[in-house]
Amino acid sequence: MTGFLVLFRRELALAWGRGGGPLLALAFFACTATLLPLAVGSQPARLAAVATGSAWLALALASLLSLERLFAQDYEDGALDLLALGPAPLEAVAFAKCLAQWLAAGAPLAFAAPLAAIALGASTALAPLIFVAALAGGLGFSFTGGIGAALSLGGRRGGVLIAVIVLPLFAPPVIFGAGAVEAMAGGLDWRTGLMLLCAYSLAAVALGPFAMAAACRNALS
Amino acid sequence: MIQALAFLTNPQRFLAFSRWAAPLFGVLAAGLLLAGLWLGFSAPPDYQQGATVRIMFIHVPAAWMSLFCYACLGAASFLGLVFRHALAEAAARAAAPLGAAFTLLALLTGSLWGRPMWGTWWVWDARLTSVLVLFLFYLGYMALLAAIDDEARANRAAAILALVGLVNLPIVHWSVNWWNTLHQPASVLRPGGSALAPVYLWPLLIMALGYMALFGSLWLVRIRGEVWRRRAAALAVQAAGRS
Repeated sequence: MTGFLVLFRRELALAWGRGGGPLLALAFFACTATLLPLAVGSQPARLAAVATGSAWLALALASLLSLERLFAQDYEDGALDLLALGPAPLEAVAFAKCLAQWLAAGAPLAFAAPLAAIALGASTALAPLIFVAALAGGLGFSFTGGIGAALSLGGRRGGVLIAVIVLPLFAPPVIFGAGAVEAMAGGLDWRTGLMLLCAYSLAAVALGPFAMAAACRNALS
Repeated sequence: MIQALAFLTNPQRFLAFSRWAAPLFGVLAAGLLLAGLWLGFSAPPDYQQGATVRIMFIHVPAAWMSLFCYACLGAASFLGLVFRHALAEAAARAAAPLGAAFTLLALLTGSLWGRPMWGTWWVWDARLTSVLVLFLFYLGYMALLAAIDDEARANRAAAILALVGLVNLPIVHWSVNWWNTLHQPASVLRPGGSALAPVYLWPLLIMALGYMALFGSLWLVRIRGEVWRRRAAALAVQAAGRS
C-alpha cells in the first residue's frame, strides 16, 4: 500500500507539474469554448441550445490533450521498464497514473465546465449537475483514454492515433453526461443519465487498468 | 465447434481446407445473393414505403454483418491474445477491413433509405450513431495495426483494442431500447414472431445467408493471403541470411 502511495504521489507530481499540467488543459478548454460562438454565431438563443453539449465536447477534447504523455514519457526514458520490474503490478501503476491524471486535469476541468456552459448561455440552475457530471465523466475519460495511451506506445504518430482509438470510446460518457444535463434542462428525469454515466466511469476504473497493463507489457516485450 | 477450431489451428491443414472451402463459399455466396436479389426485386412494393422497401434487402443484412464481423474479430483476437496463435492473429487482421466494408455499406444504404422515408440523409438517432461508432472502431483498429512497425506487437495491441471494443457491441444492441427514437426497433427477431411478411422475410434471410457466405469466402482468402505473406517474409529473411 505504501508502494502504491509513493507511486501515486510521483504520478500526481508529474501530472501536475509536467508541461503546465492543469493550466494547459484549462487553457485548451477555454480556447475550444471561445471558438464555439465564433463558429456557430453569437445569438444567445442559438448558443444556449448547444451550450451544455459543447461544454461536453470541449471537455472530451481537453481530456485527450494530456493523454499522449501519460505513458509515452516513462516508456521513452525507461522508467516504465523499472516500474514493470518493481514490486507493484503494472495494473496498479496504470491505476495510479490515471487517477493522478483525473485529479490533475479532470477535476480542474470539472470546475471550468459549468463556467463555460453558463458563459455560453446555459441556466445557472444546471451548474451543480454539470459539475458532478463532468467530474464523473472525467474519471471515465481518464481511465478509457489511458487504454488508448498505453496501446499506442511504440506506434508512429502517437497523438493522432490516441485520438482515433479513444474518441469512439468517449461516445457513451458523452451521451449519458450530456443527456443527463439536457434532461434536467427540459425538466425530465436526469438521474438515469447520471447513474449510467457513473456506471460507465466505474466500469472503466475497474477494467481499464487491466487493458492498460496488458498493453504496456506488450509494448515492453 | 471446438474440435473444428482445433483442426484448423494447423496452418498446413488450414491451407488445405481453405483451398477448396473459399471458392465453395464464394460460389454459394454468388448463388444466394443472386437468388435473394431476384426475390427481393420481384417482391411486391410495400403499401407504405413503395419500392424503396427493397433497400432493406441490402441494408439490414449488412447491418447484421457489421456486428457479426466484429464478433468474429473479437473472438479471433481473444484466441490470438490468449493462445498466441498465429493463425488467429491473421484471422483478426483479415476480418477488420471486411467488417468495415459491411458497416460502411450499412451506413450508406441506410442513408439512401432514410432520404425518401424520413426526408433526411442522416438522423442522429442512437442506432445510427452507434453503427457509426462501430465503423470508427474498425478504423481505429486498422489505424493501430498500421501504426506499429513490429508486427507481433501490433497484432497484440490491436487484439487488446478489439476486446475493449467488444464493450461497444452490447451498447449498439441495447441503444435501441435506451433511446427509442426515429429508427424503428428490431422487427425480425422478437418475441411473438416476426413482424415482417414472408414475402419480404425470405429474400431478407437468403440475402443474410449470402452475405455470410461472402464474408466466409473473403475471410478465408484474406487469411490465406496473410499466411502466404508471412511465409514470403520468412523466406526473404532466409535468403538475406544466405547471401
